[in-house]
Amino acid sequence: MSAPEQTPGGAYAPALEAPRAPYRRSRATRTNWELYGWLFQRMSGLLLVVLVFGHLFVNLMMGEGISQITWAFVAGKWASPFWQVWDLMMLWLAQLHGTNGVRTIINDYAERDSTRFWLKMALYTATVVVLVVGTLVIFTFDPCADPNSTLEVCLAGSENVPSVTN
Amino acid sequence: MATSLTPPGQGAAPSGGLKPAGTLYRGREGMWSWVMHRISGVLIFFFLFVHVLDTATVRISPEVYDAVIAQYKNPVMGLGELGLVGAVVFHALNGIRIMLVDFWSKGTVHHRKMFWGVVGLWFALMIPFAVRHLMHVFGE
Repeated sequence: MSAPEQTPGGAYAPALEAPRAPYRRSRATRTNWELYGWLFQRMSGLLLVVLVFGHLFVNLMMGEGISQITWAFVAGKWASPFWQVWDLMMLWLAQLHGTNGVRTIINDYAERDSTRFWLKMALYTATVVVLVVGTLVIFTFDPCADPNSTLEVCLAGSENVPSVTN
Repeated sequence: MATSLTPPGQGAAPSGGLKPAGTLYRGREGMWSWVMHRISGVLIFFFLFVHVLDTATVRISPEVYDAVIAQYKNPVMGLGELGLVGAVVFHALNGIRIMLVDFWSKGTVHHRKMFWGVVGLWFALMIPFAVRHLMHVFGE
């Protein structure tokens, strides 16, 4: 954004336009990018309240709380598409919500152009890494990787192996 | 440079003239809820980064994942988790308050009362959680 012009009313106050001067709607920017970012922050926040509270309740309140969190517990959850979709939505919405929030904070406090640029590059790099790694983990996870698994899907799988003798 | 924190007329003018003066930090519920929202948000952001990486170890082996997660079960980390959940609950409740301020016609009138509502609800949710979580962390 270009530096605001100095007017008698202050740095941001617009100068009075001449009567009947044509109204130029989009002067500073061509898109509504910041409006969509503002709206996304609120819509994703609303969904995240449900997703994160559900996540915390099931993992930390129900059952044995944090003591129950083991590889087998994760396998039990991710054997079901319900929790895969739940966690995938939570990952993407939380990371994008967080990135947009930190972007705002960088814009507020980092005053030099180059500082802002490099902080945001670091932020976007971290965002891409988290989203790619997180998505790959959810989709490539094998709940039956533990040979001693007692999960129903893993047991059912071994019983239903097609037999050539039939 | 004028930022979103700079009130009109108080940004350092590029070509001299006005000097930075005054502040938008006006105190009370409005400012402090905003400060707490930022701090809790940044805290959650950094934890999310760590949490995605610790969860990613499920793809290495069950033993590695269980060893990493065991770190979260010691008492010091347990207290940290209590603080983290406190930050998440505040950020969520105050986020709902922000949406009400933005989208509800009476939102700006009641924003102070809603802040104290957030504080009250925070205690109502955090007391049962703290009891249960500390039981799991320190029990047995």
